[in-house]
Amino acid sequence: MAAEKNLRGETSELKVALGRRYHFAASHRLHNANLTEAQNQEIYGKCNNPHGHGHNYTMEVLVSGPVDAATGMIANLADLDAFVETKVLNDYDHKSFNDEVPAFREVVPTTENLCIDIFQRLKSFPQATLERIRVAETGNNSFEYAGEHTEDTLP
Amino acid sequence: MVLLTRKIEFSASHRYDNPNLSPEENRRVFGKCNNPHGHGHNYTLEVTVAGEPSPVTGMVLDLKDLKDLLEREIMQRMDHRNLNVEVPELAGKIPTCENLALVIWNLLEPKIPAGKLHRVRLYESADLFADCYRAAASNGHAPSVKAGNSPSAKAGN
Repeated sequence: MAAEKNLRGETSELKVALGRRYHFAASHRLHNANLTEAQNQEIYGKCNNPHGHGHNYTMEVLVSGPVDAATGMIANLADLDAFVETKVLNDYDHKSFNDEVPAFREVVPTTENLCIDIFQRLKSFPQATLERIRVAETGNNSFEYAGEHTEDTLP
Repeated sequence: MVLLTRKIEFSASHRYDNPNLSPEENRRVFGKCNNPHGHGHNYTLEVTVAGEPSPVTGMVLDLKDLKDLLEREIMQRMDHRNLNVEVPELAGKIPTCENLALVIWNLLEPKIPAGKLHRVRLYESADLFADCYRAAASNGHAPSVKAGNSPSAKAGN
């Protein structure tokens, strides 16, 4: 596709991306061991409940790349699904983030931090370029991460 | 700049099959999407236009104009159609979500009545979609289509 200038005068090119949504359920507790009980209570409120709580998460994975003329695909969905299953869902689904996912032993398992962890886990997907991760903790809040320059990449 | 999005829904059937591949190869690559009799989806299309609101009307573009354009270019062409045989823009291509989003982008981009086409997002189901958009050319991306053994290529190519 021919490059052309966008509204900001920068050269741009047409991109195609594939978005796939996955679902997992997990528990967490928002708690920072370096803060006092009172501070934790004040910052995290009911999310600081010592026994934890859980959510049905929706995770959106966006990958981009050339569309293969032979298959019409950026990446075969079966390959993407298997990769996401191995790299994320097997570790995340029906687990306690605080107790069972090593990345969250020291890091508070907020959905912001989940997005970053998922991005790191999936960025080596061989068939396409990982563009962005969006995670919805509930239907009313969602978080996105697209690497270090997230603010420049949201279409 | 303001982004404006209009959503439409259409239903269509398709089948993934590359005549340059063997039946076994087609089944391996495309799985149940290779079912000889085809299958269908309820597609949801979101068309996003970017622009400055007019100081006179307060609008980026008249939604009625966009609605008419989508009716003419997309609904009449694709709704309750077989994408493999009734949409000439897809001839020689596998009618995947990616290719359909690209076809829709190319149909709409030159005809957006005001502002500029910003993004086409096509949902094939609630859990699968393709986006088409322009992005900074600095990331070394290959062209949006990779040449290869396309269905329209002659056998042996």
